[in-house]
Amino acid sequence: MNVSAETINKSEKYIKEGFKAVWPICVGYVPLGIAMGVLGQKAMLSPLQVLSMSLFVFAGSGQFIAVSMISGGAHAVSIIMTVFMINLRHLLMSSSLCVYMKNVSPKKLTMLSYGIVDETFAVNIEKLKKGQWGPRRSIAVNFFAYSAWALSTFTGCYFGEFIPEGSFGIDYALTAMFICLLVFQLNGSIYFITAVISGLIAVFLAMTLPGNSYIVISSIIAAFLGVIIKKRIIKNDE
Amino acid sequence: MMSNTEYFFLIAGMGIVTFLPRWLPLFYLSNKELPKPVVEWLELIPAAILSALLFPAVLVNPQTKELCLVSVETAAFIPCFIIAWYTRSLGITLVAGMFFYWAGTNLL
Repeated sequence: MNVSAETINKSEKYIKEGFKAVWPICVGYVPLGIAMGVLGQKAMLSPLQVLSMSLFVFAGSGQFIAVSMISGGAHAVSIIMTVFMINLRHLLMSSSLCVYMKNVSPKKLTMLSYGIVDETFAVNIEKLKKGQWGPRRSIAVNFFAYSAWALSTFTGCYFGEFIPEGSFGIDYALTAMFICLLVFQLNGSIYFITAVISGLIAVFLAMTLPGNSYIVISSIIAAFLGVIIKKRIIKNDE
Repeated sequence: MMSNTEYFFLIAGMGIVTFLPRWLPLFYLSNKELPKPVVEWLELIPAAILSALLFPAVLVNPQTKELCLVSVETAAFIPCFIIAWYTRSLGITLVAGMFFYWAGTNLL
């Protein structure tokens, strides 16, 4: 195969731009990976077992719950069902990414979809909305986040117990990142209204419903109400 | 403790149920023309989902499921939001948020 120098330069550029967008996620994954490693050890999983879960599943919160269920002696089938429920929100994320992925090859779509987690979705959708962002850069973002997650969960198994909990406020890293990513989404009154509705419903449902089903339910309702509000009220003002 | 065979099936099962919801919509919907209301709805999903992830994580205690308006998480939220709004920088917000949280847990 003949790969021209231009192609290599281009992919280098995508990788660099991807890294620039993704590094805060990698920072946020350090404490989570360490916590995951420690929990894994407590569930009697070997570092290799923890690593293989990160490599083949890459599910963040799903993995935490899986490991705690393993510690509790749960059956594999019930763990898989729970992880499925937790990951249903990625259906919505994948659907909203597809608006920006016209004429992308099936291979790239598959690679991209493997790395859709809350954090990578939030970073990529922000960039895609602004334009000058595409499947290659998105895949680079997902790849770096995936590697950082695998690496930090693996090293967490070895060093987790020596690091004091809550060092340097790093536990707040991902929350701070989500605050900023939400702010990025608020570019217009309808987005603001939708976010407020979704936040209110989610808080209410989080107190009443078991598990994390509140994420999917409140997002669907809020976006639906947002479309109606946009049609009825905002368009009448113009 | 889990046997290696059981663990293998667990990982395979978890992998499938994690991958399919991420793959199916993107793979099957990307090259289709979606109706306009659906596209409008999908455009609001990111703001809705980020808000739905963020607010319960900050405001609801995961153990007791009670509303918790006064905590280091909420105290750090406000300056963090303001900094995000004005700087529009992920890096600055991240560092500032970590600092506020650290200050809140260690100095108060």
